Amino acid sequence: MKKMIEGSRAVAEAVALCRPDVISAYPITPQTHIVEELSQIVADGQLDAEYIRVESEHSAASACLITGVNRALSAPLSIWNDHQDTMGIRDTGWLQLYAENNQEALDMHIQAYKIAEDDRVLLPVMVCMDGFILTHTYESVDMPEQEQVDAFLPKYDPLYRLDPEDPYTLGAYIGPELFHEARYVMQQDCLASKEVVKEVAREFKEAFGRWGGDVIEAYRCDDAETIVIGLGSVVGTLKDWADARRAEGQKVGALKLRCFRPFPGEELVEAVSGAKQVVVLEKAVGMGAQGIVASELRSALYGRSTVPVSCAIVGLGGRDVTFNTIDEACKRAGAGEREFFAGLRTEALEEA
Amino acid sequence: MATQPFTYELSRGFLPGHRACAGCGQAAAVRMIMEVVGPDCVVTNATGCLEVFSTPYPESAWGVPWIHSLFENAASVAAGIEAALRKQGRLETTRVLAFGGDGATVDIGFGALSGMMERGHDILYVCYDNEAYMNTGVQRSGSTPFAASTTTSPAGRASFGEDRPKKNLPAICAAHGIPYVATASVSFFADLKRKVRKALGIRGPKYLQVHVPCPPGWGYPEKDTVEIGKLAVECGLFPLVEWEDGEVTRVRKIKKVPVEEYLKPQRRFRHLFRTEEGKAKLADIQALADANIEKYGLVD
Repeated sequence: MKKMIEGSRAVAEAVALCRPDVISAYPITPQTHIVEELSQIVADGQLDAEYIRVESEHSAASACLITGVNRALSAPLSIWNDHQDTMGIRDTGWLQLYAENNQEALDMHIQAYKIAEDDRVLLPVMVCMDGFILTHTYESVDMPEQEQVDAFLPKYDPLYRLDPEDPYTLGAYIGPELFHEARYVMQQDCLASKEVVKEVAREFKEAFGRWGGDVIEAYRCDDAETIVIGLGSVVGTLKDWADARRAEGQKVGALKLRCFRPFPGEELVEAVSGAKQVVVLEKAVGMGAQGIVASELRSALYGRSTVPVSCAIVGLGGRDVTFNTIDEACKRAGAGEREFFAGLRTEALEEA
Repeated sequence: MATQPFTYELSRGFLPGHRACAGCGQAAAVRMIMEVVGPDCVVTNATGCLEVFSTPYPESAWGVPWIHSLFENAASVAAGIEAALRKQGRLETTRVLAFGGDGATVDIGFGALSGMMERGHDILYVCYDNEAYMNTGVQRSGSTPFAASTTTSPAGRASFGEDRPKKNLPAICAAHGIPYVATASVSFFADLKRKVRKALGIRGPKYLQVHVPCPPGWGYPEKDTVEIGKLAVECGLFPLVEWEDGEVTRVRKIKKVPVEEYLKPQRRFRHLFRTEEGKAKLADIQALADANIEKYGLVD
């Protein structure tokens, strides 16, 4: 059923459709509306769940699934969107999916439960959703029926339980003699989860008829000379930009990095190797180093393709990313710049 | 007189063979508590000595479901488990316990503990108070007593050790108005077990802070743990008190031994006995004990 709905509300309804037994949530801008809606859904008796009003985000995070509503990191204090927060925890073993629009944010939550609960994965999943740009925006979304979600997500039967009849020690401490191996296993599981992410995306398409890509989505990339890569809501702008520039005869394509952890290196190499240049739009800075996604992409390309990869840092702290920003990024990349901030207000820097 | 062989019933919950130090007050307290709790429970455990000495993978001393997550969130994890058990209709029989040391409880995990109590979860939180971060080598915590020398509040030419009194966390917990708060000591076995039994008979949040002397951290012979723990109570520095719904309902009367008797055998206080300035601090410590005696009516 199609609904005109705010992104936060769409996510709250998606979570309710997944019928969690326990919700622990804490409101922080810009994810507050999600928590408010979930509270109301439980208060209205639409969902029979234990609702824990925890005292911090930290306490809420002892979970298998998180909506990572993206917001800039202090300092200076900013509540607006970029990806510095989730990118900063990219190496912790969380899987990370980035939603392009509210429909995808909704769909990703349903998929994320299935991925996290898969016995081959058993790692926490974070659905990254751009703060304000998605959470506070009304869009038309197709809300699945409860029966459809129930069929897609059968009652979860965990492999390991805290059961007095069959006690396990979970989270034991491991010394140097085995920690190395424990992390090796975690890395193997994290890498192998890529196939589960793809599989779940395919199953979701069969069940719900919607497809937003699996680990990546290439848009008009087939004969593209310039491919621009983005994560999250910027991809919508990017697709429009590709349409507009194609109409003017430019051979450009847009590529959505939908799953950032695990990193789909193989898929990206295959998708961009035929292009003349690649531009990565990054809403995060590897402080003191370089663009995070661009450097991982270059590493994946190493020895397999010589296509140049440029990194344009864009949209920090809620700065809009427009066609102009993307044009500037492509132009500077074409001139051989490899690491730069696009859309910088140079006059503001001079004043300072 | 024929000697009776020493026998005791092994608790299924917490089994021998773990790696606690000789004379560890905490290990003895955990064993006694788990004897009372029995097998039908889930334990969450903050980072600390207990976690490390009881679960060196692939060994485990736990015969009940046990989970460690972080230093900060034993109370939050317990809250999630309690909510899940409630949803499954299993909370009538299965007890949820959260264990933490004083660092995890008084310092790092205090916000999570406060939230758990305020929300009214049916959990028994036990703080094993050995008065510093012992697992990592005796760094001070908010529960370190006045004038104790630790590696981060060391005694020196310009320092008499910890310069602030011990945080009164049990009173802070009682101020939440939760149904039951108690302090206990590993040295008073029957009292400790009675309090655990009492706590388990009450639904809602319960907080128990157990004083557990630490031979390497405090610097006394391993055989003296029980004796040291008794002196802490009998001098008034660690009063045994029970609060119900925020009010003090019972205290253990003490013999009022001078604090020097408790302090002198411990390396962490030995600097106080070496200088005139140190001896002046002994009077301050006696004043802290006297204040407890007055406040809780520890002496008839």
